[in-house]
This record gives sequence, C-alpha cells and structure tokens, in this order.
Amino acid sequence: MKLTPKQATLLVLAALIALTPFFFPSGYYYRVGALIFVNGLAVTGIVILTGYAGQVSLGHAGFAGIGAYACALAPVHLGLHPALAAVLGAILSGCMAWLVGRPILRLKGYYLAVATLGFGILVSMVLNNERWLTRGPDGIDVPDLGLRGLLKGWGLDLSNGEFWYFFSGLCLLVGAWLALNLYDSPTGRALRALHGSEIAARVVGVDVARAKLQAFVISAVYASFSGSLLALQNKFVTPDVAGFMHSIEMVTMAVLGGVGSVLGAIFGAGILTLLPQALTVFAEYEQLLLGLVMMLVMIFLREGLLPSILRKIRGTGE
Amino acid sequence: MSALLSIEGLGITFGGLKAVHDVGFSVREGEIVSVIGPNGAGKTTLFNMISGVYQPGAGRVSLSGEDVTGMRPDLLARRGLSRTFQNLQIFQSMTVLENAIAGYHLRESGSVLADLLGLPASRRRALTAREGARALLARVGLDRAAEREAGNLCYGALKRLEIARALALNPKVLLLDEPAAGCNAVETEEIDHLIAEVAASGVAILLVEHDMKMVMRISNHIVVLDHGEKIAEGDPATVSRDPAVIAAYLGTEADHADG
Amino acid sequence: MSELLQFLLSGVTVGAVYALVALGFTIIFNASDVVNFAQGEFVMLGGMTTVFAHAAGLPLPLAALVAILATAAIGVALNKLAIEPARGAPVVSLIIITIGASIFIRGAAQLVFDKQIHKLPAFSGDDPIVLLGATILPQSLWVICGALVVFAGLWFFFTRTLLGRAVLATSNNRLAAQLVGINTNFVMTLSFALSAGIGALAGVLVTPITLTSYDVGLGLALKGFAGAMLGGMGNPKGALAGGFLLGLLEALTAGYLSSQYKDAAAFVVILAVLFFMPQGLFGRKSTDRV
Repeated sequence: MKLTPKQATLLVLAALIALTPFFFPSGYYYRVGALIFVNGLAVTGIVILTGYAGQVSLGHAGFAGIGAYACALAPVHLGLHPALAAVLGAILSGCMAWLVGRPILRLKGYYLAVATLGFGILVSMVLNNERWLTRGPDGIDVPDLGLRGLLKGWGLDLSNGEFWYFFSGLCLLVGAWLALNLYDSPTGRALRALHGSEIAARVVGVDVARAKLQAFVISAVYASFSGSLLALQNKFVTPDVAGFMHSIEMVTMAVLGGVGSVLGAIFGAGILTLLPQALTVFAEYEQLLLGLVMMLVMIFLREGLLPSILRKIRGTGE
Repeated sequence: MSALLSIEGLGITFGGLKAVHDVGFSVREGEIVSVIGPNGAGKTTLFNMISGVYQPGAGRVSLSGEDVTGMRPDLLARRGLSRTFQNLQIFQSMTVLENAIAGYHLRESGSVLADLLGLPASRRRALTAREGARALLARVGLDRAAEREAGNLCYGALKRLEIARALALNPKVLLLDEPAAGCNAVETEEIDHLIAEVAASGVAILLVEHDMKMVMRISNHIVVLDHGEKIAEGDPATVSRDPAVIAAYLGTEADHADG
Repeated sequence: MSELLQFLLSGVTVGAVYALVALGFTIIFNASDVVNFAQGEFVMLGGMTTVFAHAAGLPLPLAALVAILATAAIGVALNKLAIEPARGAPVVSLIIITIGASIFIRGAAQLVFDKQIHKLPAFSGDDPIVLLGATILPQSLWVICGALVVFAGLWFFFTRTLLGRAVLATSNNRLAAQLVGINTNFVMTLSFALSAGIGALAGVLVTPITLTSYDVGLGLALKGFAGAMLGGMGNPKGALAGGFLLGLLEALTAGYLSSQYKDAAAFVVILAVLFFMPQGLFGRKSTDRV
C-alpha cells in the first residue's frame, strides 16, 4: 500500500516520538524533547498561517501568553481544572485573534508584520505590568495538571519528564494531524490559493478576508495551547512567554525548517530548541551563532532546511 | 432574451486620466461578445471594473438584472461571474489539478471544523470537486499534466488551465482576457472550439483578444474601444468595414504587429 | 502649563532619536524594499564604539567620528553579505535575515565590548537650561538639532545632488534606473552606509542622556519602525514627523496616564493608524496591477 504524504508525515512523527527515548543518555533529555514538541505545536500553527495562507505574524507569542496565563490564573480565580483552563485560554486566544485579525489582516507584508508585532508587545506589557493579577516579571506558579497522578492510579507510573515528553508528543501529533487534514481540504486549498494569488482566489469565490481570519484564529489557538503546555509542564510561567523574542523564535523555527510543510517546521523547532542546548559550552557565542544560522539558512536554503535536505537526497538518488 | 450581463456608462479615471469613459453594451445568454481595440485602449481596465477588481468611477454593471457595480469579486463569483487574466494569475505552487479544484471552491467549501477534523463530509466535498476538476482538465487537454506543479507549465497550457479553473465555477457569465495569447495555431483552434462549446451551453461570454481572425470567426458581436471610449460596435462584418475602426487600427498597427 | 511643556520637551528629545532611526529605516526601505530590523543595532554600535574609543584615549569628537564610520562600514557589510545575496526572497525571509543580523550584531557586541551599561559625558555640560518654567538638558538640544541637521542634509542630498537623485530614481523604479545607467548596487550600498551612519550618530548623541549597552538596539528599532510606519513607510518627511510624534505621545502618556504603559502608546497608535489609514500619515496609496 502506498502511503499518502499525510500518513507518511504522521508515521515519521510518531516513530520519532516513540523511538528517540531509547537513545537518551539521561532523563534530562525528556525535558528537551518535551520542549521541542511544545515549540513544534506553536510552529504548526505558523505553518497554517504563513506556509498555507502566506500571512506573516510577529506577535503570536501574545497568544501563547494568553494560553499560559490562563492555566496559571483560571484555576485560582475561577476554580477551573487546569485542563479546562487551557481550553478557556484557547477560546480566549481565538476570540482575541478574531477581534484583532479583522482589521489587521487587511494589511499586507511589513504592515501586517508590524501590526501583529504591536499586538504581541501589548499583551506582554499587560502581563508585565498588571502585577495584582499576574505578579509581573517575576512570574507566577501554575497548578499541576493532575494527569500524571491519574495515570499512576491506573498503574502507569511515569517520571515527570517521561510524562511531559509523551503527553506533549501526543498533543503535537494531534496538532499535526489537524493541520495535515486542513492542507488538502477545501479550506486549506482556499488558504493556499490566496497565498498564490489573492486576486485569483477572489475570482474563484474565496472570501479572502474570511479565509485569512480563519487561518489567523486557528494558528492563534495552536499558539495558545503551546503556551498552556509550556506553563503546565514548568508549573511556572513568566511574561517572557509572550515576549517579542518568543514570537520571532516561532516564525524563525517554522521558516528555518521549511514553513511549507508541517514536518519541515517541526524539524526547525527541533533544531532551534536543540541549538542552545548544544551550545551551552559556548554560551557566550550563543546569540552570535543563532543570528548567523538565521541569516545563512535564509540566504542559501530559501525553502528551509528540511525541503533542501530532501531535495539533496532525491537529487543524488536519481 | 434578456441580457445576462449589461454595462451602462462605465468609466474610471487614474490620476486625472480617463482610462475608460462612458462604455456600455450587453451580453446575452449563449452570446460571444468581443472587446477589441489597440493596446492601451482600456480593455483590461474594463474587465477589471466588471469583475470588481477596480471600483468604477461612473456607470453601472448588472448581472441578470441585479445591480452589481463594484461588488467584491468573490461575491460576483457567487452570482455566476467568472474570469481569466491577461497576465495569468495561476496558483504557482499548487499542482495543475489543485488549480482546477480551486475553481470549485464555492461548491466544495463547508465548515472549517469538518475540514480540520477530516470528517467524511469534508472529504466527500473534496472528492466531488476533484472528479469534476479531472473532467475539466481532460476537456482542455491538460489531464496528463494533472499532478505537475503548475508553475512548471508553458504559457499556452497555463492559459488553458485558467480557462478550466474559470469554467469550474459553472459561470453564467465568463470574461476571457486574451485566452489565445501565446498559443500556437492548433491550440488557438482548440480554444476556439472550447469557447464556442461553452457559449452553446448558454454561458454569456465576453472576450478580449488580439487574434483578429479568431475574433471575427467566433464573435456574435464586437465592441471596439479606443482611448477608453467605444468607437464602434456591431457584428464582425459591420465592424471590420467601419472607417473609425480602420483608422484606429491603422494608426497603431505597426506598434503591435507581433500581438 | 510648565508641566505640559516639560513633557513636550522630553518628548521632542526622545522623538528626535526615533526620527533618526525612522529616517534610517526609510533610506534603506526606499533603496531596497527591505525593512531592516537591525536598524537599532546601528544606534547601539554608534554609542558603544564611541564609549570604548573614548575610553581608549581618543578625544570625544574623534571617537564619535570613528564610531560613525565603523558603523557605516558594518552597514555596507550587512548589505553585501546578507541583503544582496537574498534579493527577491519573500518578506518573511527578509524579516528573518535582518532580525538574524540584529541578533548577530548584538552577540558580537557583547563579545567585543561587554554587557555593562555605559555613559558618555554630555557635550556641553549637565546644567539644565530653564525655559518658561520647564528645564531641558543641553544634550537634548544636541539631539534635536542633530535630527534636524540630518534631515536638512538628506533633503539637500536627495533634491540637489545628482547622486541623491539617482537614489530617488532607484527607489521609484529599479529597472528604469538601471536602464538610464544608474549603478543600483552602488545606490544600495550607499543607502546602507548612510542609514547606518545616521543610526550611529543618533547613538552618539543620545548616549549621554539615556546611557547605552549591547542590548538597547531592538527596542529602538521597534520604536523607529513604528515612527516610520506612523509617518508612512518610505517617506522621509513622514519618518521625521512620525518619529517626533511618537516621542511626544510617549512622553504625554508617561506624564498623564501611566509610565508603565508609555511603551504601549507607540503600539496602540501604530495599530490605530494601520486600521484607519494603512498608508500612514504621509504615505501614498498603491494599487495592485492585475
């Protein structure tokens, strides 16, 4: 049986998640893996927004911030279970994206970039300044999700690192599955059409404003869940989750790996999450090297790392 | 029979320059009307106004009797107006088949949630569109290129792909902007037949084309523009004898002998 | 009344810096259609290089000159090594390249210089000048005059010199400029040098007031970018007006509303401007050709 690209991607992803732990030298790597998956989830949203629909956002960390702080605040103030708090955060992010997106998405290119950037910075400022609610820059505790305890009750005893590794991996798989469904669906095609030619998309009947808004809202929900996962697994969150650099990180990961495909973008998330870990010896040079990698990849491998690598492999195969 | 598309006193100015001024005509069901004129006469601008890409400065466009002046292109598409572009607007990174499927957007689109979850309803809609698109590609002779990336096709093939995409909307009115440009004699003849066939099925066709032989062969009615104004109209025989038309063309013939 | 004047004066001072950064953005944007997120790093480099050159024994004016020239050279290198090879890349890629450049320069600065906060002596002393009950530092006058002189110089360059007109022609239509024999690559190089030099000058002028460190660039870039966009991207007059306006708004917000949210003012205004007049205050409207 021949696999469709969707099945192949999901299979590769599932295999990687399931098999890499066998090569982990220590428990610490479960944490790194979980972080990759959390970033991968946010980046999958960017694939829908930027890769499919061709719209740029430099403010998606704002939605991650909403998702993260929902998990910190809703359990305490509203008495919600942390899992429901994450859902609430996603709904809030979606509504916010809808409200902000309606006027913003009329803009193109750099204008859209700066408008989203402004939004992200505003969210991060609120999180920094409203100390009565968020405790400001020092951060705030996040309650336990409680799922690990539940699993233990059922006889599945995982270490904290193991639990978050597999749970985040599962979330990423679901996220990737949804994004891949979308790719080849009527909605996904409309998004890719407006990416190719906005005017032609209109002429075939695509309500361009509505389609862009859909992509923006969906990607915001991804970012929100990614923020929630990060907060829940660290049991702590600071406003940095909504910071400008986090927004840049998301876009960079996606574009570096290859924003046109879910697997490529997740690959990018892996590389950029691992890079600082690999560079701890050269902590001094971290920024220098990060900047260098960003420039070099964009100049020499425009489609992103994974598509370029795949092309190389296929090129020699033929 | 009443007109499907009718235009009255349509005009637009760009930076004080009258690009199109007071142009009016109508296209009935199954009729092929051609708009001709020298380069820069305002033909494409006229198309852009009718299809909602530009907001007309003056005048009225109506579709099946409904006033649709300056309406958004996607809303016009819902009302059965479809078009192709002179300088091609292809979805480059999609396959040829996907380009044609895109033309089914209005019929295949449904709930986003169903699409995200890959529900059977979503897949059914997509499958119907896919089958329709395959049949259309066969009709324009592109079925064998279906899985190729559209950006890699030659110009003539892309022209046909655009026509297929426009037909996918199942339009009542079809605007074709230079459909035969860049095509060889055989391809032009094929496009000829295709247009005639579409018109015979009851679609009102408005055509801009530089290939005069083709225009004379297939048009029921010809509108001649020069410097943004209508200088003549009538059936092919009448128009080709019109002194104003001959003067307009002779004055500029040398400039675009290659067109 | 004097309170308002005080706010206005400090607003104009900050605004002058934003205006200089915004002018830098505009020059590069016009020549290459690239929004250079590394623009703020030029300001940082200007300040830091002057600090270290001065500490090494150079007199202040000479140190400033060295800093401006060195930063201009870095601007040229940025163009040659990162922007020119990426011509024709999509907007997202260009954004990432210039942000990458910004991170790179910041990383290099923390290695070459250090992570400390530095100060320069004020050019004409620290005694505030009293003006209708409000006070202004002599250094603020240096900053404001600096911005105005740079603007006048640019205006002269673009309208009265052949080279300046070549730059303008290139920004209007690159291909046409090439056809009439303008070396557009040289124009781009020149634009980056000019833009980086102006950024460095801003850094030199403002460091005695705001201090500097390796990481001040990003914040300034965002504000300058906001100013440029407020005025209308690509319009030097707009950049100047937008920069000053943004500085005033920030000072007034800090004074009357909340000092915590003074940075928010910039972005609220940007969002409002983009919603209601996406081309900025002085921008031109563009139509897509089909």
